[in-house]
Amino acid sequence: MKIIIVGCGNVGSTIARQLSLEGHNITLVDVSEAAVRNITEGYDVMGMIGSGTSLSVLKEAGITDADLVISVTDSDERNLLCCLLAKKAGAKHTIARVRNPEYKEDVNLLRNDLGLSMFVNPEFDAAAEIARLLRFPTAIEIDTFARGRVELLKFLVTEDSPLCGLALKDIPAKIETKILICAVERDSEVLIPRGDFELWEGDKVSFVATTKEATRFFKKVGINQGKARTCMIVGGGDTALYLAQKLIASGVEVKIIDRSKARCDELAEMLPEAVIIRGDGQDKGLLSEEGIDRTESFVTLTNFDESNVMMSIYAKKINPKAKLVTKVHRSTYDDIIDDMNIGSIINPKLLASEHVVKYVRSMQNTVGSNIESLYKLNGGRIEALEFKVKDVEGLIDTPLMNLKIKNNALICCIVHNGAIEIPGGGSVIKSGDMVIVVTTESGLSDISDILD
Amino acid sequence: MNKSIIRYILSRVLQFEGVFMLLPCIVALIYGEKHGLYFLATAIVSFALGTLGGLIKPKSTVFYAREGFVTVSLSWILLSLVGAIPFVLTGEIPNYVDALFETVSGFTTTGSTILRDVEYLSKTSQFWRCFIIWIGGMGVLVFIMAILPLSGSYNMHLMRAESTGADVGKLVPKVKNTAKLLYGMYISISCILLILLMIAGLDLYNALLLMFSTVGTGGFCNVNASLGGFSHTVQVITIVFMILCGINFNAYFFLVMRKPKEILKMEEVRYYLGMLFVSTAVITWCIRGSFGSLYEAFHNAIFHAASIVTTTGFALTDYEVWPMLPKAILIMLTVVGACAGATAGGIKVSRFVILLKVLKRELEKLTHPRSVKKVRFNGQTVSEDTVNSIIGFLIAYFFVLIISFLILSINGFDFTTNITAVLTTLSNVGPGLGGVGPAQNFADYNMLSKSVLVIDMLAGRLEILPIFVLLYAGTWKRN
Repeated sequence: MKIIIVGCGNVGSTIARQLSLEGHNITLVDVSEAAVRNITEGYDVMGMIGSGTSLSVLKEAGITDADLVISVTDSDERNLLCCLLAKKAGAKHTIARVRNPEYKEDVNLLRNDLGLSMFVNPEFDAAAEIARLLRFPTAIEIDTFARGRVELLKFLVTEDSPLCGLALKDIPAKIETKILICAVERDSEVLIPRGDFELWEGDKVSFVATTKEATRFFKKVGINQGKARTCMIVGGGDTALYLAQKLIASGVEVKIIDRSKARCDELAEMLPEAVIIRGDGQDKGLLSEEGIDRTESFVTLTNFDESNVMMSIYAKKINPKAKLVTKVHRSTYDDIIDDMNIGSIINPKLLASEHVVKYVRSMQNTVGSNIESLYKLNGGRIEALEFKVKDVEGLIDTPLMNLKIKNNALICCIVHNGAIEIPGGGSVIKSGDMVIVVTTESGLSDISDILD
Repeated sequence: MNKSIIRYILSRVLQFEGVFMLLPCIVALIYGEKHGLYFLATAIVSFALGTLGGLIKPKSTVFYAREGFVTVSLSWILLSLVGAIPFVLTGEIPNYVDALFETVSGFTTTGSTILRDVEYLSKTSQFWRCFIIWIGGMGVLVFIMAILPLSGSYNMHLMRAESTGADVGKLVPKVKNTAKLLYGMYISISCILLILLMIAGLDLYNALLLMFSTVGTGGFCNVNASLGGFSHTVQVITIVFMILCGINFNAYFFLVMRKPKEILKMEEVRYYLGMLFVSTAVITWCIRGSFGSLYEAFHNAIFHAASIVTTTGFALTDYEVWPMLPKAILIMLTVVGACAGATAGGIKVSRFVILLKVLKRELEKLTHPRSVKKVRFNGQTVSEDTVNSIIGFLIAYFFVLIISFLILSINGFDFTTNITAVLTTLSNVGPGLGGVGPAQNFADYNMLSKSVLVIDMLAGRLEILPIFVLLYAGTWKRN
């Protein structure tokens, strides 16, 4: 695919490297010659020096027939303007980095007007990832798809699980939860199960559910949630703000430590439920006063990699049971940090790059079909496809239980106007809905292909 | 220094040379010449050695700029060393150094020869001699990159080391596609020329040879009288295509992309054509007395100006007998050469234009000491790094020029002969003045001088620094 990347910072260059290795035709645009040269010397990409918001520069970069334009400069406004220009000039898809929390609500509104395909917000993505880490024990694997909107949870059925020997259709009655099992991995074979499918010991079960239902389900089947109930965050940047919002929403007690008075005031205003402490997170006395030895999770989010790592090491020593998450920006010391065994490491820029790369892959998979996005899950053995449903005869306005759907396909999610529904037998697909289908058959190109 | 990957790429180069050598074998088959057997034998050995060397995959694929320079330099040396073998085996050029001179002269598109009588060569050898000009013109590694899936980061370094010009850019984001595009345009131009030459009355064999020599801007000719032995129409066609092949291939890319306006913005092309035009006018005026008509004088003037500035080196007449001014202009054109990114040699018009602009800026600085000014070329600011690399290139150029001139002086020939011999090989033109003039050849130089000229030709084609990198001790140190 022909991809233009505007902005050659950390995120831009990581995306450029990865995508060029995957064989795409990449053109980089940045005002700094040194930044561009840094990439073009080592990777097979073309560099252009100039402003990404200048139409003449963009045209020279070949915007008119580009498949995708990714704007990741450090300015939100410039990114939006660049994508707007690109779209008007003829680019097929655009991705913008928008990180200012003030725009968070606006962008979803603007999305359609600007014709953007996707937003990247490294801080928000990092917060979501950390929240996920704190919410579930490591025994549960999580795959996200459909642009991060749907989570697929995977767990192992153990010998003592109440699910053993249970047929799927009996699960709602027995466990009293509303989850949708999409796929079962048994003896290295992946199956899309039907209602009379019996679960055995050793099965790896993947399902979709709302967060609340998933929590209830895990509790019922006796999988230790290991969910942290208290969280101490050092460094009150945007990531901390997003993370606190998410954690508070799921009932976690949050404590944020930051040095700046102004920032603490802001946080106190935006997060009335959280405890905001003004002080130095590297102060031993302060940390023990605030209960580092009792907290169930400890997250370091300052802008200094070294401080974050040192604080995590300290927390590990004082409170070995706490879940630790450390934010690290530079990947230079990855290997050393891995050896230190200080819990999970989060690299926001890498995470954002991965999301973009994932999106590009899903775009590439959908070339020449009616698929909106395609994700390969479970090591590529199942595909999650996203379709926009138009007037398909025999599919819309019919309860799912009356539809004849192929054995190896399953509708796992219906999105009506942005609201996600985990479907049951009585659910109905309407024209204009987005539908996510999980299947073991590859090569589907239209929603009607799943009908038997 | 990652030696295993260099070994791997060099093996590939050997394989390709083996395949290239099958072409003269076909010629030998058609004309029933037994010389083809020697070519076939060399081809088989070369291909086998290449395959053997490429069997073991490189241990690591680490590849940086210095690996790029070393690989490109060694590839060209290897190609020349192997390419010279059939000439010795067939007995047509019994001395290996002579054969090497002839081969390097071909690959580097120089066109200087040590042969007193070219027509004595077999058709097979003639074909090989001209074919290597064609493949050397656009670059052997560029050719390999267009065909082989040399994926990864290293192809950019290879391309930068082999392509000509101060600032090597790509036409499209990927090196492989750029290489394909370049060869696509190159082959198209070659085919058009071939068809025109055949329409002008040449048979396929002669047309092919002349085409190889012209689009590669090499200048080997299979008749002793050079282009003087061909018809007027053929000469005119040759003039046009020499000039076209001296133009930066980016111009043709703009044509392919249907953006002809962009070509007008290319300063280098404007200066190149302007220089050619002025030189032709002055030469025509100076030599008008020695020809029957003004048109004939013009025809000779533009032919030689084009032949020299594009570093082809064809000759119509012996311009040795011309007055001094036209000869001096031809020597100046030898030094400047044509556009970067073309098949031509020389210092390149773009370097001179940028240097002149730097000079102008320095003068402005003297009058306005606090002025801040950027040098612009093709509408874009030239970075100080580029300016420095051009100055570095010029220093290296003159260094090589002086050392080579000193060594050549051992032969006892006159000043003009020696200095033009070095200039013409360093710029990959072909003929010089005096003892190496258009009607003469390089046969009389001793083996040492010929070896020096061989290095000069390679240095000229690869723009000197890659050859220096090879000789620089720091390249081979462990850290």
